[in-house]
Amino acid sequence: MNAAKGELSSFVEGMGRVALLACEVVRSIFSVRLNWAEFMKQMHFIGLKSQFVVLTTGASTGMVFCAQTFYQFHKVKMDTATLGVVGVAMTSELGPVLAGLMVAGRVGAAMTAELGTMRVTEQIDALRTMATHPVDHLVVPRVLATLISMPLLTILAWATGIFAAMILAGSLLGVETAFSLKHMYFYADEEDILMGIIKALVFGLLISLISCYRGLNCGNGAEGVGRATNEAVVHSCIAILVSNFFLTLFLRALLYQE
Amino acid sequence: MIEVSQIKKSFGDQVVLNSVSFSVKEGESVAIIGRSGTGKSVLIKHLVGLLSPDEGSVRVDGQDLVGMTERQLLGVRQKFGMLFQSAALFDSMSVHDNIAFPLRRSGVTEVAEIDRRVEEVLGLVELPGVGGKMPSELSGGMQKRVGLARAIVHRPQIILYDEPTTGLDPVVADSIDQLMMRVRDHYKVTSIVITHDMRCARRMGQRIIYLRDGQVYLDALADEVFNSNDPQVARFIRGEADLKEADFS
Repeated sequence: MNAAKGELSSFVEGMGRVALLACEVVRSIFSVRLNWAEFMKQMHFIGLKSQFVVLTTGASTGMVFCAQTFYQFHKVKMDTATLGVVGVAMTSELGPVLAGLMVAGRVGAAMTAELGTMRVTEQIDALRTMATHPVDHLVVPRVLATLISMPLLTILAWATGIFAAMILAGSLLGVETAFSLKHMYFYADEEDILMGIIKALVFGLLISLISCYRGLNCGNGAEGVGRATNEAVVHSCIAILVSNFFLTLFLRALLYQE
Repeated sequence: MIEVSQIKKSFGDQVVLNSVSFSVKEGESVAIIGRSGTGKSVLIKHLVGLLSPDEGSVRVDGQDLVGMTERQLLGVRQKFGMLFQSAALFDSMSVHDNIAFPLRRSGVTEVAEIDRRVEEVLGLVELPGVGGKMPSELSGGMQKRVGLARAIVHRPQIILYDEPTTGLDPVVADSIDQLMMRVRDHYKVTSIVITHDMRCARRMGQRIIYLRDGQVYLDALADEVFNSNDPQVARFIRGEADLKEADFS
């Protein structure tokens, strides 16, 4: 019980410090010139190199979700509604959440390990002695690159998930593609797409801030870097799942005018 | 130029610095010596604002660093160059980009000027033509020299050396000593060296500060320190262990 309390208190304290880091990032974005070289490098690493893992996750989830939905709907002869459910779920929930979890695992861990190693080898101190704020030089390019990449990766997850589901439904499950697409257009609204994009932006912000914070404040030695990397991924995933619930309730009330 | 007054620093229950005071004048070259674990590296990090003391003040050209925000400290740090114990080169950048980094930060944008100054300092540390290499391709001694080149390229007013010869063989350590003396005499900069290498302290320090148990035990001219009759100082300089102090329990 005490251990759980300690974990919770450490998590909440960490999130408070992450919020302070976010304030410093906003201040830096509006007052300091962007380090374009580092930003482009991060765009390449976060956006371009995450495509394969997001594409695979999106396609796999789309197909599995399509098959499971079809088997239930088939019992009540609603086969053509399958793609509608897949479309709504992929755009507003599965796309951003799964892309977020994949990016947290691939990019968040790498960010924390890189910044953590820089800290323990005194490279961050060297940066500071050369009159450079670590937030300006290291954190801002990573946060901006993740903020731009996450919505694009989410759109990729939607596209591959829905396309894979459509192929599966049309070719193997025998669902009429034209009716399926009509139902998908009917059920999936612009609000679902907007909700997915907003969630992707929030998740991108959470992943980059938590990962950078953990890296800049990791303990000493290889053990410190390892622990910080582990915490960054775990805390990013928890933050995505918890915030997703509240975002769903909030955005539904805000965006959907019944 | 630098005035350290009554600073105290603890990490948890461990008191590392206990009422340390000294000052360094412009152009002076000071060596801070002491056994491992006496707080030398912690002290040097206070001078450039990388650590903040629990009590006391650190003034650089009259500006008190204590209580300054990280952004306010950036202005003060432009006066400093620092050679780290591990060299602390950016491993994602080439040697050229490592050395060019402080130049670009200080506002030099012309590529030809940056290239010229990088080559100039690489020549000074006797490593011409290695600009294209990555830090991982260099030996420990070469990394230290590149670290030194990076510390001096923007012509700082004060250079801090944290254990510059630790972990190097005697010949390479000698070359680093000579380079530091060359930089001191060539650029007329204020130099503060943290070391437990007595040859390095003797060559670099016009004045020596001996730290013991987190306090300034002796602050005197180099000749006085090296000819001191104080048994603690003399033993340290000769590198002799006091077995009464050793704890074999």
